[in-house]
Amino acid sequence: MQLTNRSKVVTQPEMTWVEKLYLPAIFSGLQITIKHLFRKKATLKYPEVQKAFAPVYRGMHVLKRDEQGRENCTACGLCAVSCPAEAITMDAAERKKGEEHLYREEKYAAKYEINMLRCIYCGLCEEACPKDAIYLTDRIVPSEYTRGEFVFGKDMLVEKIEERVDISKRQKNYTI
Amino acid sequence: MSVVLFKAILVVLLFLISLGIAAYSTYAERKVAAFLQDRIGPDRAGPFGLLQPIADGVKMFLKEEIIPTLSDKFLFILGPSIFMVTTLMVSAVIPWGMPLEFGGEIYALQVADINIGILYILGVVSLGVYGIMIGGWASNNKYALLGAIRASSQMISYELAMGMSVVAILLMTNGSLSLNNIVEAQGTGKLYGFINVSGMNWNVFYQPVAFLIFLICAFAEANRTPFDLPESESELIGGFHTEYSSMKLGLYLFGEYINMFISSAVISCLFFGGYNFPGIDYLGTILPHNIVSIISLLVMFGKIFFFIFLFMWVRWTIPRFRYDQLMRLGWQILMPIAIVNVLLTAAAITLFGN
Amino acid sequence: MNSQIIFFILAALSIMSALFVVFSKNPIYSVIWLIVCFFTIAGHYIMLNAQFLAIVHIIVYAGAIMVLMLFTVMLLNLNKATEPHKPLLYKVAAMVSGGLMLLVLLASMRSTELGPYAAPAYSESGFVQNVGMVLFTEFLLPFEMTSVLFIAAMIGAVVLAKKEIH
Repeated sequence: MQLTNRSKVVTQPEMTWVEKLYLPAIFSGLQITIKHLFRKKATLKYPEVQKAFAPVYRGMHVLKRDEQGRENCTACGLCAVSCPAEAITMDAAERKKGEEHLYREEKYAAKYEINMLRCIYCGLCEEACPKDAIYLTDRIVPSEYTRGEFVFGKDMLVEKIEERVDISKRQKNYTI
Repeated sequence: MSVVLFKAILVVLLFLISLGIAAYSTYAERKVAAFLQDRIGPDRAGPFGLLQPIADGVKMFLKEEIIPTLSDKFLFILGPSIFMVTTLMVSAVIPWGMPLEFGGEIYALQVADINIGILYILGVVSLGVYGIMIGGWASNNKYALLGAIRASSQMISYELAMGMSVVAILLMTNGSLSLNNIVEAQGTGKLYGFINVSGMNWNVFYQPVAFLIFLICAFAEANRTPFDLPESESELIGGFHTEYSSMKLGLYLFGEYINMFISSAVISCLFFGGYNFPGIDYLGTILPHNIVSIISLLVMFGKIFFFIFLFMWVRWTIPRFRYDQLMRLGWQILMPIAIVNVLLTAAAITLFGN
Repeated sequence: MNSQIIFFILAALSIMSALFVVFSKNPIYSVIWLIVCFFTIAGHYIMLNAQFLAIVHIIVYAGAIMVLMLFTVMLLNLNKATEPHKPLLYKVAAMVSGGLMLLVLLASMRSTELGPYAAPAYSESGFVQNVGMVLFTEFLLPFEMTSVLFIAAMIGAVVLAKKEIH
């Protein structure tokens, strides 16, 4: 029974005498391979030449600070909820008197952990964040020796005041 | 300098050159493979990676040497040794260049000009299979044994067609089996009897079929792709050298490259005029004899390097045969063609003279 | 003098390797010693300046026949544990045939004159051209008969190996 009209009858025509010799086929194969000898090589000599990241590259996360050096994150938990891999956990805490220069909002994340082995770098946390706090950057996640070390805490994620992480490339893609 | 001393130096030199070329063939293989696949290949050890073979050699020597407990230890060591010795032995009868001349004495660039040169090559090549068989059996490993059996049956099968294709060449050189005579005959006379280019009377122009058969058989004898069934990595995890490690594995791998070098030399001698090149007579009239000899030596090596490149080129073009296809090709196709070729050549020589 | 020394070394080697063929426990070693034996015999041929015969001996016997033999022996699973006990009849047969062989050897030894070693005279009868000449003129009939024999053997092998077509 014919289910669709897209079926094709496969024929295997008998090979001609020249084809049976296989030699023409071999020579044309040799021609193809020799052409590749003179092609431009695809290899990049890695440590000296590095491949440019795509502008949409999503690498290691960063927890941003604002211009005054205060952490943006308010521990709302939207990133954790949006995370399809359930890689993010956090503990919220209330900002005390005298900590205004540390945290922008009244509530902040006392603990903020991302399991880098679970993370699939989809960028949904970034999209969910209402405070512009978390971004995926073009930095590569460093390699570690044990699984435990891949759970990055705030010490690894929050950007240092003195060396800010550039996220302009990511932001540019979000002009709606 | 006596001739004996010269021959001794030549033997040592050939030994070193064979090993050196084998070492750099491994490098060339990786480079050619890379280039044919749009890659760069090894380029970290030294400029352009030229020190890579040395690094590989040091690695081979320093690796842990493992002899399986249940293997036959004596034969396990004997296998690679035989393989290496037989591959190195073949180079003795190949004329590498025109004879040198010092103070009226003639020094042939050939270790031994025996009058059974071709048969000697066939004989020694046929012994090379023992290295593989003994090594494969002594490993006490089923893959190794399968590889050894494949190697032996393949080599025996292709030797026949190889010998038959050579017979056609021997008929053309008045039945002389000496490689020296075969090469000399290709340096004289006019091509097809009327094209007058000296040193161009190559056998390949008369015997293209024999050349093709010999080339295919050379691939099979050297266990190169598409005939690398004895060591097919994907099916037999290395075949006969599955259990080998360290320098014993190194000897097998090295032997394969020396085989390639030697078979390239034999192909150039039999079909491409050996050290002859177009215009060799003209150069002989304007340059001193010894310089022409050295040029002829370089030409010979140029031809050899081209064929080594061809071996690699084909390796990265054609996939491996299935075993029944291999046997069919050897026995049902190459053999009859070779015999018909011999008969046709003989008939042509009887009818038209030389 | 030199050729005498080489001859005796070669002769000792060939007898020794032949003995090892018989006395080796492992059949693989027997085969390998047999190959060594063939090589020493090829050496004797070279001493007689019969280069063609020597190299053909190596190509045919060492290069092809012994490979097939090694091939077969390798595929047999010859362990000491599985070696079957041979019946008495086999032993008797082996003894009788061995005794007959000894008899033949003794008979031929008796009629041989043992003299001092004489270096073979230089001859070119072993060269390819000369062997070919003799084979295709003087011994043409035996030569052709041998090829007929080979053809018969080959056809026989093909017939035996071919599957029956129903």
